[in-house]
Amino acid sequence: MKELVIADKKFSSRLFVGTGKFSSSEMMAKAVAASGSELVTVALKRVELDNPQDDMLEHLHLPGVNLLPNTSGVRNAKEAVFAAQMAREALGTNWIKLEVHPDPRYLLPDPIETLKAAEELVKEGFIVMPYINADPVLCKKLEDVGTACVMPLGAPIGSNRGLKTRDLLRIIIEQSNVPVVVDAGIGAPSHAAEAMEMGADAVLINTAIAVAKDPVNMAVAFKMAVEAGRMAFEAQLAPQNLSASATSPLNPFLEGIKDLQL
Amino acid sequence: MTYYDLILKYDWETTRRAIYAATEADVERALSKDRPSMEDFAALVSPAADKYLNEMAVKSYQITRRRFGNTIQLYIPLYLANICQNHCIYCGFNCTNKIHRAILTPDEIHAECQAIKKDPFEHILLVTGEAPRSSSVQYMADSMDIIKNYFQQISLEVQPLDTDEYRMLMDHGLHSVYVYQETYNRERYPVYHLRGKKMDYRYRLETPDRLCEAGIYKVGVGNLIGLEDWRTEAFFTALHVRYLENRYWRTKYSIAFPRLRPYYGEGGFNPEHPTTERNLLQLICAYRLLSEDVELSISTRESAACRDTVMPFGVTVMSAGSKTTPGGYAHPTDELEQWAINDSRTPTEVYNAVKAKGFEPVWKDWSAFMQEANIPA
Repeated sequence: MKELVIADKKFSSRLFVGTGKFSSSEMMAKAVAASGSELVTVALKRVELDNPQDDMLEHLHLPGVNLLPNTSGVRNAKEAVFAAQMAREALGTNWIKLEVHPDPRYLLPDPIETLKAAEELVKEGFIVMPYINADPVLCKKLEDVGTACVMPLGAPIGSNRGLKTRDLLRIIIEQSNVPVVVDAGIGAPSHAAEAMEMGADAVLINTAIAVAKDPVNMAVAFKMAVEAGRMAFEAQLAPQNLSASATSPLNPFLEGIKDLQL
Repeated sequence: MTYYDLILKYDWETTRRAIYAATEADVERALSKDRPSMEDFAALVSPAADKYLNEMAVKSYQITRRRFGNTIQLYIPLYLANICQNHCIYCGFNCTNKIHRAILTPDEIHAECQAIKKDPFEHILLVTGEAPRSSSVQYMADSMDIIKNYFQQISLEVQPLDTDEYRMLMDHGLHSVYVYQETYNRERYPVYHLRGKKMDYRYRLETPDRLCEAGIYKVGVGNLIGLEDWRTEAFFTALHVRYLENRYWRTKYSIAFPRLRPYYGEGGFNPEHPTTERNLLQLICAYRLLSEDVELSISTRESAACRDTVMPFGVTVMSAGSKTTPGGYAHPTDELEQWAINDSRTPTEVYNAVKAKGFEPVWKDWSAFMQEANIPA
């Protein structure tokens, strides 16, 4: 399978995971390790940036795991930019998962504030990974201002409903010149596999793993599904037909037809 | 338009009758829906729903886990003052009750914060009585300037204020405000509120509207369970949340369900409409089925056993180690309590109880630097 490259970093795993909602930090660390993920996102509101012994951060000192701080909780571009600056200073990473959702019910991202913040953060040297609605035009605009990828949602965050935005995701994937990471709403390994088969570059999963009865095994299941989906994409799926077709090719006969010069 | 205009369209007695008339079929229909209507909610808090408590609890558990994960957030209240000009007949702080009145000085506030910070609390709820001259809005702002050095998120439970006053307090780091209507029953409200500014039912009822207009992050509503019929109160609390959600889409909402505790002092007060813990669980589940994302908060008014039992079925926030006396953390005493604490476990004991239920107790779920007002110019 091809390696994924975002900004200057190479990833052999195309599964990114979130760290919220777990029943304990120990369980979270085990699930992250089992997922094989090399990029894990952590909410700035949950961690104590000035505490080197922060429980969550301590549990994320795992080999091969890169931290991706996220701005979940901010309501506008100004707050997002400041939060990213705080994260860079405290955590020593210029990677930021940009989340601006002024709507606390569905946590749907604000496209206008996200674009504003992205532009500013890119100028300040951040590797910006924006969480957005599955809006193809917005994706192109974000690409234009220099985000490292786009992260459209499959369904509202935490909803586990799968790829409800399927048709728009197809357009985004088709048009994008930066990696496309399907971020929210993926509730089952089959959803993740579907996103990867469609050609998404990676997926980000949190709730579906954290809230499963057995988060560790669910993390493994997602790892396998993402690998399977990606492999299928690279192997190129056989076309779907409405009618049945014989599995033995008729080509020799068709060749014969050509000779008849109909 | 405010919630006052909406609630005027409802008659208490008609609403109460409709709730009590709900049938098992109504409950089953409500349970089958992803987005219950207010009519469905009435069925869910009706006597007919008691039989379905198990189904309600399972559904509530599942929704809560999907939305909030396996976590419970912890907070602690800090009583800044117990001076109060209101006479609410159910409250130990009422102005006729002869207790020692206190208001914390800046040094005492530091001492309280330091005592609280022996545990890793980051969410604090500031409480005062209603006494605009002593515990003024400026006093609250000055106190917050001290308190924000210790905690990431500051909430307030004080008398209703004006929109501009809330804006001013947000500039000093205020995040959330909890203001409970006590009773939504307009006719009966004066029976409980005999003196003071709190007598104004409408001003109190419209407080969440003013808070949302001020741009506050989270608004908590609720009623005091035990004053009037709890099922009817629940309906109007739920209607309040639904009204606010549809009108002010940027604000987060919280519901508390404080049950009246006896207070000590002259006269005392015993609730006329008692509720069982089974009722309380039904209520929590009904609120969760109505709104997947509303914060549901349970305080130390409830016993340890009760809190531990209902914890998995919809609750997202719990207080721990609470003292309801000004100065009570640095200098523990049994005097001056607003109401009797029912779960007197230490924060560590509550933490361990949450762990034992299989949940992660979360001390910190906010960073003060995420609030625009806290960003240095």
